[in-house]
Amino acid sequence: MATLEIHDLHVSVDAEGGPREILRGVDLTVKQGETHAIMGPNGSGKSTLAYSLAGHPKYTVTGGTVTLDGEDVLAMSVDERARAGVFLAMQYPVEVPGVSVSNFLRTSATAIRGEAPKLRTWVKEVKEAMERLHIDPSFAERNVNEGFSGGEKKRHEILQLELLKPAIAILDETDSGLDVDALRVVSEGVNRVRESGQVGTLLITHYTRILRYIKPDHVHVFAAGRIAESGGPELADKLEEEGYEEYVKGGASE
Amino acid sequence: MAETIPAGSTTDGVIQVGQPTDARVSALASYDVADFPVPLGREEEWRFTPLERLRGLHDGTAVADGGVRVEVTAPEGVTVETVGRDDARLGKAGKPVDRVAAQAYSSFEKASIVSVPKETVLTEPVRIAVHGEGGTAFGHQVVEIGAFAEAVVVIDHTGDATVAANVEYLIGDGAKLTVVSVQDWDDTAVHAGQHTALVGRDATFKSVVVTFGGDLVRLHPRVVYGAPGGEAELYGLYFTDNGQHQEHRLFIDHDTPHCRSNVAYKGALQGAEAHAVWIGDVLIRAAAEGTDTYELNRNLVLTDGARVDSVPNLEIETGEIVGAGHASATGRFEDEQLFYLMARGIPADEARRLVVRGFFAELVQQIGIPELEERLIDKIEAELEASVG
Repeated sequence: MATLEIHDLHVSVDAEGGPREILRGVDLTVKQGETHAIMGPNGSGKSTLAYSLAGHPKYTVTGGTVTLDGEDVLAMSVDERARAGVFLAMQYPVEVPGVSVSNFLRTSATAIRGEAPKLRTWVKEVKEAMERLHIDPSFAERNVNEGFSGGEKKRHEILQLELLKPAIAILDETDSGLDVDALRVVSEGVNRVRESGQVGTLLITHYTRILRYIKPDHVHVFAAGRIAESGGPELADKLEEEGYEEYVKGGASE
Repeated sequence: MAETIPAGSTTDGVIQVGQPTDARVSALASYDVADFPVPLGREEEWRFTPLERLRGLHDGTAVADGGVRVEVTAPEGVTVETVGRDDARLGKAGKPVDRVAAQAYSSFEKASIVSVPKETVLTEPVRIAVHGEGGTAFGHQVVEIGAFAEAVVVIDHTGDATVAANVEYLIGDGAKLTVVSVQDWDDTAVHAGQHTALVGRDATFKSVVVTFGGDLVRLHPRVVYGAPGGEAELYGLYFTDNGQHQEHRLFIDHDTPHCRSNVAYKGALQGAEAHAVWIGDVLIRAAAEGTDTYELNRNLVLTDGARVDSVPNLEIETGEIVGAGHASATGRFEDEQLFYLMARGIPADEARRLVVRGFFAELVQQIGIPELEERLIDKIEAELEASVG
């Protein structure tokens, strides 16, 4: 069973006047089949955690460890992490002009699976996954994320999640900018993947709204670069009522 | 690209409407090299070109020693001749417009003329292989297509040489000519020249200029219309590596009513000293009512330090036109794009290939010559293999 273990993770970014520490000792263990919601106010470092796990070059790990089934994730390149089973659904997916969605998906699936999927079954697999996410078939011929609306970008991210079937899925504010209908479609996609029991999910969000559709096993409150409190789903209810004020005050070190 | 801001480059666009102020109308054009002053590098038409790398083609010090072998392979029905300087068919498409082109015109000893008789439709291309053997040469080539004839001409440049050579395309009424000029020189070659097409009534000219090689390549693809109804499509593709200077200076002279032109040039650059220059001048003269023109230049900068100068310039002297437009953009292969593709398991080199292939794919398809498409894609792959790794 795949397990992602984050231990005492410290991460900095380059800023004017030298490096600025954003993550200040994150400890978290995510097992296959589990869903962890990470909630926190803006600027608390939630997205930094997501991008650091995926290996974005902007972030420098200054301390701590991240392992996937004992393998050192931090020593891996970005593509190696993806092939090892770490998937990041991005908050702001990047436009890649000149590369069609169908070409991109197939290239990606080939890389992740270690061999090119058989064309006939692949076409069917993609078509069905797109239908489930209410993605128009014409998207296959469009360039990756180019001219996509916010909702289309998010559905495209979840399409990749469904096709690539990672061991660990990190969803970075997948709910942001979605209307209720789109949120439901996207959440259903995430739930289909979760129901397989094969994925550990790290759901990063500012709002509790998405937790009505995707039920977490664990809820963590993120503040000032570390986990300030952990609990069950009831913690989300508390945040719904009380907001982040308590944590912002308590952890206001920025 | 996600962002079309110039990256390590300048991308200027100028649209002038109104009086024929202009440089291009009055610009010097002559068959005689003596009419052109030696460029010093500050001149508008020379400011992007490293003169010191022209090996004397620009200042009269280059001496021909015949280092270039030209072989013409033509299907039946095509006439291939070598003629003297006094042949009446030479110089009909237009005068040289810069000193190097004039030097070539003043210096060649023999010219080659390929003629396709009227109403002859070729099923096989005419192939002109220009192979450099290390020397310096001046050349002149005429391709003449009779009325209602159809032909494809492929000119391949390979090897190492210092060459100044002009090509004229004389396209008869209702004729169709497709020309592919491939600059696949060794990375030591220097090649400059003017390719001028004179497009007849209702004739179609399609030009595909492909530049991969050379230390310095500087070409002037030009179109003039002899009568109404002419159509010109000019496609270009370049892959500028470290240390290469590749310059394409286009001019479409709409001086005749109801003619069309469409230009699409795309280039990828990589390596610190890669420099690509694209100048797209389109002039719609007062007489050219019903003109329809569009030009596009796109550049993809793959690594830091490469430089692109892209300058579209559209001058319109009549409002009675169907359409006129241009677009120029230089994008960088962004770290964010690389990250996104890698985050989906795609290794960095493959990600770069994916983007470059995608960048050129549309243009390659537009060219519409299946045999060439394959060759271009193979060549792009090879360039990528060699340099992206």
